[in-house]
Amino acid sequence: MSEYSLNDLKKISYKIRMNVIEQVYHAASGHPGGSLSSADIFTVLYFSEMNVDPKNPKWEERDRFVLSKGHCSPALYATLAEKGFFPKEDLSTFRQADSYLEGHPNMTYVPGVDMSTGSLGQGISAAVGMALAGKLDKKDYRVYALLGDGELQEGQVWEALMAAAHYKLDNMVAFLDYNRLQIDGKITEVMSPEPVADKFEAFGWKVINAFGHDHQQLKEALAEAKKTKGKPTMIIAHTTKGKGVSFMEDAAGWHGTAPNKEQRDQAIAELNAVVLELEGK
Amino acid sequence: MGDKIATREAYGSALAEFGGDNRIVVLDADLSKSTKTDTFKKKYPERFINMGIAEANMMATAAGLASCGKIVFASSFAMFAAGRAFEQVRNSICYPRLNVKIGATHAGITVGEDGASHQAIEDIAIMRAVPNMVVLSPSDAVETRHAVKAAIEHDGPVYLRLGRLAVPALYSEENFTFELGKGITVAEGTDVTIIATGLMVHTAVAAKEILAGEGIQARVIDIHTIKPIDQGIILKAAKETGAIVTAEEHNVIGGLGSAVAEVLIQNCPVPLKMIGVQDKFGKSGKPDKLLEMYGLTANDIVSQVKEVLKLKNK
Ligand SMILES: Cc1ncc(C[n+]2csc(CCOP(=O)(O)OP(=O)(O)O)c2C)c(N)n1
Ligand SMILES: [Mg+2]
Repeated sequence: MSEYSLNDLKKISYKIRMNVIEQVYHAASGHPGGSLSSADIFTVLYFSEMNVDPKNPKWEERDRFVLSKGHCSPALYATLAEKGFFPKEDLSTFRQADSYLEGHPNMTYVPGVDMSTGSLGQGISAAVGMALAGKLDKKDYRVYALLGDGELQEGQVWEALMAAAHYKLDNMVAFLDYNRLQIDGKITEVMSPEPVADKFEAFGWKVINAFGHDHQQLKEALAEAKKTKGKPTMIIAHTTKGKGVSFMEDAAGWHGTAPNKEQRDQAIAELNAVVLELEGK
Repeated sequence: MGDKIATREAYGSALAEFGGDNRIVVLDADLSKSTKTDTFKKKYPERFINMGIAEANMMATAAGLASCGKIVFASSFAMFAAGRAFEQVRNSICYPRLNVKIGATHAGITVGEDGASHQAIEDIAIMRAVPNMVVLSPSDAVETRHAVKAAIEHDGPVYLRLGRLAVPALYSEENFTFELGKGITVAEGTDVTIIATGLMVHTAVAAKEILAGEGIQARVIDIHTIKPIDQGIILKAAKETGAIVTAEEHNVIGGLGSAVAEVLIQNCPVPLKMIGVQDKFGKSGKPDKLLEMYGLTANDIVSQVKEVLKLKNK
């Protein structure tokens, strides 16, 4: 795999963010907040970490990714399109009746999607299954999953974490998008999952904290996970919901709301300014 | 005509309206703005409990509250209320016949853009298959208000199926009566009967008008209580009109059509056609576009009426 510089990665992460905004704007529905908060995790996974082949999406030896918080499909689709799994033009059909880009990821129709998700708490279990299959088949592929912090309230998440540790699935890494918000407000006010790090540890996972918008830190965390034997790794990515668009940052109201034309224009201008700056323009 | 109001909206308003009864407790699972239980929450914050994104836990918690004398409304999307928490509903609520009302919003394909993962098309089937469960599926705001009232008055589990999409008024408060387990004859007719529930009652009325233009007099029946189903109104329609078409925003397997077929086949078999989702998953898209794609329009009803009339006149 070609090496991307940190500068390249940052540019990619902002292009992904722009395409998140465009998709949600065109669909007039969808989830910008958690898509923007996880854009850097997607960037590092698909452009620095994962062994995948856009020409052969079902390649058996590929690393797997499960978007357990399936509502953040805009970030996944933008990433897959950026990587070349399907044409970027298709992104503007997101959530429309004649499109294959379903509101929540569908593995049957979207090249590069490894698991159909959307119902919170289930994707992480599917990732456990993929990691178990890797062990059974003595394959080297690794399995990655992305959880929301509100999603941690689903009891099934903890059943999955228990199983992954029990079977010593060191071929598995989960990210927590720790943006502290869910739909009805702050996670600590709705139903606190705290203390999350202690809980993950008590459930038998290796825990690494990282600033979720720092690509270098995310890369280092992934390298450490690879060295960790006998247990799965949880990377707690400290993030800001809506990251990159000033008026969406840290605002629960932008969880599942689409921008209007004016808001879309402002968001794109802010994000594009970062890309231009990185290009030295 | 008046303003269009979604049945979930009317549900939230009814909870606030009838929520003065101190025994009423409302639970939600991080969707209070969508299920509209936040309307109740604003008025009675002390009796609103957010359970977080944990539907299975919410349902069994509701059972515990009910066992201590509370009248509990537990809300989420139909997918997660009936689907995710199915077995908690079955074993902790219905088996002990506890006083829990499940306010299940976003039922059917008119959820729209969220797509198949969020479109419950099997909830009527699984909820009506559980002993002790009452299944309500109102079609407009007025009927929803009365359904909520009836649910409060009924001692035992109730599943309330509600929609996301705003719908016009079918009824007005003056001279509207709601009786649990009794269907409503929305329009008289002698040639054929269209039996519908929820959103599709509106579509059935539109179909009736098209048919009238072609000289076919269709009776329209609104089945707001899918269980216990009104056998009397169905059998009367079978005897008087000799042919039936059912219409529901649900899979054709196990829903209203199946419930009507169970009544007919055992008592008075007449030709029957079923309009519904044809055993396929939903998808993302605008609600109206999806209704077209999935064959749930007035014209679809009209063509099935013509088919069933061919069988009747054979
Ligand atoms: C089982 C289930 N219950 C409810 C929902 C509705 N829902 C979609 S997103 C969401 C909040 C998720 O919050 P979080 O996990 O923190 O996601 P993020 O902040 O990363 O967007 C909820 C309740 C769902 N998709 N699945
Ligand atoms: Mg969150």
